[in-house]
Amino acid sequence: MLIERLPRIFRTTAYLAATLQIMAVAVAGIVVGAILLSRVNDLVGAQVVETLRTDAQGLAEIARAGGRPALEAAIAARQREGQDRLFILVDGTDRKLAGNLNRWPPELDRQAAGGLFRYVVAQGGVEAERLAAGVPLDLGGGLRLVVGRDIEEQRRFLDGVRWLIVAGLAVIAAAGVFVGILASRYVLRRISSITGTAETIMTGDLGRRIPLAGSGDEMDELAERLNAMLDRIERLLAGLREVSDNIAHDLKTPLNRLRNRAEEALRSPAGAPAYQEGLQRTIEAADEIIKTFNALLLIARVEAGTPDGSMERFDATEAIADLVDLYGPACDEAGFAIRFTPPPAPTWLVANRQLVMQAVANLIENAIKYGGSDAGGSIDLRMTVEDGRVAIAVSDRGAGIPAADRARVLERFVRLDQSRTKPGTGLGLALVAAVARLHGGAVELGDHAPGLTVRLLLPSAETCPQPTAARTHGG
Amino acid sequence: MRILVIEDDRETAQYLVKALKESGHTAETAADGEEGFALAAEGGFDVLIVDRMLPSRDGLSVVKALRDRGDRTPVLILSALGNVDDRVKGLRAGGDDYLTKPYAFSELLARVEALSRRAAPEEQATRYTVGDLVLDRLSHRVTRAGQAIALQPREFRLLEFLMKHAGQVVTRTMLLEHVWDYHFDPQTNVIDVHVSRLRAKVDKGFATPLLHTVRGAGYMIRADAD
Repeated sequence: MLIERLPRIFRTTAYLAATLQIMAVAVAGIVVGAILLSRVNDLVGAQVVETLRTDAQGLAEIARAGGRPALEAAIAARQREGQDRLFILVDGTDRKLAGNLNRWPPELDRQAAGGLFRYVVAQGGVEAERLAAGVPLDLGGGLRLVVGRDIEEQRRFLDGVRWLIVAGLAVIAAAGVFVGILASRYVLRRISSITGTAETIMTGDLGRRIPLAGSGDEMDELAERLNAMLDRIERLLAGLREVSDNIAHDLKTPLNRLRNRAEEALRSPAGAPAYQEGLQRTIEAADEIIKTFNALLLIARVEAGTPDGSMERFDATEAIADLVDLYGPACDEAGFAIRFTPPPAPTWLVANRQLVMQAVANLIENAIKYGGSDAGGSIDLRMTVEDGRVAIAVSDRGAGIPAADRARVLERFVRLDQSRTKPGTGLGLALVAAVARLHGGAVELGDHAPGLTVRLLLPSAETCPQPTAARTHGG
Repeated sequence: MRILVIEDDRETAQYLVKALKESGHTAETAADGEEGFALAAEGGFDVLIVDRMLPSRDGLSVVKALRDRGDRTPVLILSALGNVDDRVKGLRAGGDDYLTKPYAFSELLARVEALSRRAAPEEQATRYTVGDLVLDRLSHRVTRAGQAIALQPREFRLLEFLMKHAGQVVTRTMLLEHVWDYHFDPQTNVIDVHVSRLRAKVDKGFATPLLHTVRGAGYMIRADAD
């Protein structure tokens, strides 16, 4: 195909658009120019002919009143008024009787009402053809008169305009082609930077991003969107890689424990009672592994997003109060006072209720585990509404988390040294972070001086669209 | 009870049959959806245990087809899919309860027994009685040997659920699901503390305890002392 043999630049969308634009401008220019010229032509010719006709009528009056001598005198007088004034008076045999034209203009034989004609004049020894307008008049008795005016200057002016229009169109077309090529090259360059980035990414360098031109145009916007998409993909992949790495590492320990327990029982000389206890301990170890797997799977599911309809609208104050009610006795038992300070007004959330409750439950359980009950620990739940977000803060009076570790502990399997001795999967806060992300919220860790405050921020129901599905969880 | 296990993994199916028989039930198996549906359609089972993913016809469609025929036999769905949404789908298809793999047999047994209609009192019953303990569902009053026992609303619901399943093992997960409507497993012993507080109110000062802990499984409320 011909189009495939064209240089690449002429096949771009930008070039096509530029070409179409140039063609539209050219057609419009030609149409406007043609109309303008014909109007000006008409106007100049018609106006002059009109004046000449009046003049001719005047001369006819003079001829009627004073006869030929008076007419010739009037012609001579008018000739003197200006170089552009042209006259010729002929008799029945076309012999010139008076006037400054050399011969009767044959063009006017076909234009009884007046029109344009050409005449020859000698200027400095050179004969030149000039354009004129004239009105022929039959004075009777074989006498015929032409009253004319030289319009060569106007013709030249109009020619100038015509040339200007043509030249203007040519300049517009040239500029259009130039701009088209520039625009195409710009677009091509931007697109090749995108394709280039895509190719690098395909070869495995996931960290590459499309450079922005900084102009904030639609190409930048596209690049930004694509970059955001790449960020998300990279995050997901990093998460996936991290999870598989961590599963390998963190499940080996409990799997090994499980194996040890079975072996230990098998080796025991005590026989059946030892087997029974060993099996019991093996089941416990298996349960721990299952728990970790479940938590991992749940995080993965949450990060993949939950299907529509799992979001419901619920009274967050009531839901948290229920949760505090569930944990109250256990906290008592562990030596904690648990308190819940609800916001002054009823607060609603549009969220996956089970997930949000599980996230807050994880925070309460962390507070029980690390909240340091020896010092008469207390666990404080506080719900506030700020900037269209519902903040659920769980605070304890434990050792807290150093500022440097706060971002890290939200990752999967990250356990700080002081927590390694306590039971747990190392996935509790990772789930909280995943739940926050799912709802477009955030998790903030802060200093409770002393202790830790974890704030789960979720968009409040007022800033969310109304859910279409009703409560969807099973009873 | 006569139980039908529709499960394609032979080892799992045989293990379930054996364990159910040891628990005093009779059990039969079907290895795929079509066979399971054919057997279940013949009727005569008290509970169906249906694996969600089956060859030839998936578990949810078997349950749905049975329900469409007007068969109301209680169904426990077993699945590797444990999300709330998966649960909802399972219950919508007509399942009565949903258990995620891997599970403890004690949990499965407790749920199967809780499903059987024979053992459970009428859904509409206004009073539950276990020994000298009486719970009035309308007036929200609880008495033991004629003495009123003051309970918090949540304690009342906890006792109500236990008494509804009197003589049956009720697991911690079942309590969490039915009394608190949570579908996640807490890491701490939250339920145990609630039950021990309830036990203090119900059993303290009486010669025969009614609220028993079933080791490795859960709790049971029953009148006889053994």
